[in-house]
Amino acid sequence: MGVSAIDVRAAINQPSIFRLVQRKIFNSAGWGLCGLTFLLLGSAMVWILKMVFVRGAGALNLKVLTHIQIGVAGGLLNAIEGTLVLGVGGLILSVPPGIAAGIYLSEYDGGWLAPVLRFMSDVLVGVPSIVVGYFGYVTMVATLGWGFSVAAGSIALAMISLPYITRTSEVAFRQVPRTLREAGFGLGCKPGTVIMRICLPMATPAILTGVLLALAISVGETAPLIYTAGWSSFLWTGHLTKEPMGYLTYAIWAMITEPQRSAHQLAYAAAFLVTLFVLVISVIARVVTFRRSGWGQHA
Amino acid sequence: MSFKNILAPIASIVGVTLIGIVIFLGVYSWPAVKFNGFSFVVKNDWNLGNLYANPVMHRGHLIMPGAQYGILFLIVATLLSTLIAVVLAVPLGVGSAIFLSDGVPAVLRPWLSFFVELLAAVPSVVYGLWGYAAVIPLLSHTVFPWMAKHLAFIPFFAGDTGSGYGLLTSGFVLTLMIVPLITSTMRDALISQPRGLREAALALGATRFETMWSVILPSTRRVLIASSILATGRALGETMAVLMVGGGALNYLPNNIYAPITTMAAFIVSQLDSALEDPTGMAVRSLAEVALVLCVISVIVNGAARLMLYFSGYQRLGGGGWA
Repeated sequence: MGVSAIDVRAAINQPSIFRLVQRKIFNSAGWGLCGLTFLLLGSAMVWILKMVFVRGAGALNLKVLTHIQIGVAGGLLNAIEGTLVLGVGGLILSVPPGIAAGIYLSEYDGGWLAPVLRFMSDVLVGVPSIVVGYFGYVTMVATLGWGFSVAAGSIALAMISLPYITRTSEVAFRQVPRTLREAGFGLGCKPGTVIMRICLPMATPAILTGVLLALAISVGETAPLIYTAGWSSFLWTGHLTKEPMGYLTYAIWAMITEPQRSAHQLAYAAAFLVTLFVLVISVIARVVTFRRSGWGQHA
Repeated sequence: MSFKNILAPIASIVGVTLIGIVIFLGVYSWPAVKFNGFSFVVKNDWNLGNLYANPVMHRGHLIMPGAQYGILFLIVATLLSTLIAVVLAVPLGVGSAIFLSDGVPAVLRPWLSFFVELLAAVPSVVYGLWGYAAVIPLLSHTVFPWMAKHLAFIPFFAGDTGSGYGLLTSGFVLTLMIVPLITSTMRDALISQPRGLREAALALGATRFETMWSVILPSTRRVLIASSILATGRALGETMAVLMVGGGALNYLPNNIYAPITTMAAFIVSQLDSALEDPTGMAVRSLAEVALVLCVISVIVNGAARLMLYFSGYQRLGGGGWA
């Protein structure tokens, strides 16, 4: 007995209940599992934030912010100062070449150099920060004899943040409308004038966002600083070389492994400060990006 | 002199930085490379030698008596912890990317995405602190004993669960650190697939999840592979978190999934102080060789992933600027 056209049509029009149920289950289970993965990540985030902020808030007081460290007690003033000095030092060194590279990648994309630089910048992002730190140790600290110092730490941080600034600057310059450049050239401006006087002011807010993010990364880094900036419990006396520097992330690592409760309190206070700083910068950067590109679009 | 020619050398600093790292580490560690030879990566013996004796000449190199350097245990631990992290992170990342791209209202999407991507903004050492102070007590007292009892049929899941510091703990922490990279890249790729694909599949009567799973997701295959490789690169080089939860094993291959480990990156941090005790400098140079090996591995891994993303025509990498 053969299968008639009517049978086929019936089979298409009325798929088996079993198959329908199966597909429904697949659909619901799929969304359920995906939602579950999101929930898992979200609750891990909440757990981390809760631990850092609850324990950190309990450990934070005025003394922590205004006193230097004494053994496993005291405050974090030296570390706060060091984090700011090293972070700003890293930015001073990485912003000019980073923006220059961003301009070059966006404006002179035609030749061979731009693709090569873009590739190297992207690869540099992936170089582990401890490798940069050890590079800093063998070159600046050991071979050049600078010792643990602000200079070595800042240069190491600059090497970490350089590719991030390059990337955000490139994107910022690419967002400047082409017609503005054409208008500039049409008025007889040279390329340098068009880039520095027309494109740069337009791109500045986006570049600043990138610089802020680079600062957040610098503040959160530990590995590149351990063997370049070293550690010091004292305030900075202003020497660029031969003077080690404290910083908050080191305090977290060093203090939590000490047995004393006062040391743990310092570690949690330092974690609170670092995390708060990084999160605030991330939120600011994200809000600025939304403002510019429209809410919801920049998903 | 044109503006371009003034700009080019300053712009090249970013490239010079990368080349400089590789070259200077290579030059500095060259005596160690010659002394250690190939056994550096296949032998399992990191031994600074007798630091109280006088240095001796050995095959043309001044070393401490008995010193030899083999980092097989570091390579194995680095690869295993990365493997665990990537195996866990890919399904988590893809699942949450699907949920964020299609499962939530468009108004909420940026906020929920941002919340998950904040995981990438949390500093490595804060992950270490979290792992050390919050996760390890839970894992060592509750989760690991349960796993060793009930999952013992899986190879390497049985046996001594140790102190909670170790391979699996490192894997868990690394997972959270690399997941945002996969989530944000995949979510952008899923959203940017042509609208027509979605509409065609829905018009054929596919459910929304079938559309996502059988039509949209397969077309982002290359982005998934590339972002997983990028995530691998990040896990390979992660330092502080692994240092704080890894347990610091020396010359010791893990015998089960709970065993203590040290990765290459964590080893560099933990060993420089003792390496400086070696007056011949060979230990410090061998550590530089560890850094060089790690650097070369991550350059290869990241280079491959970037090339893959370039050729898949997907330019906006890594989402919110953290990649």
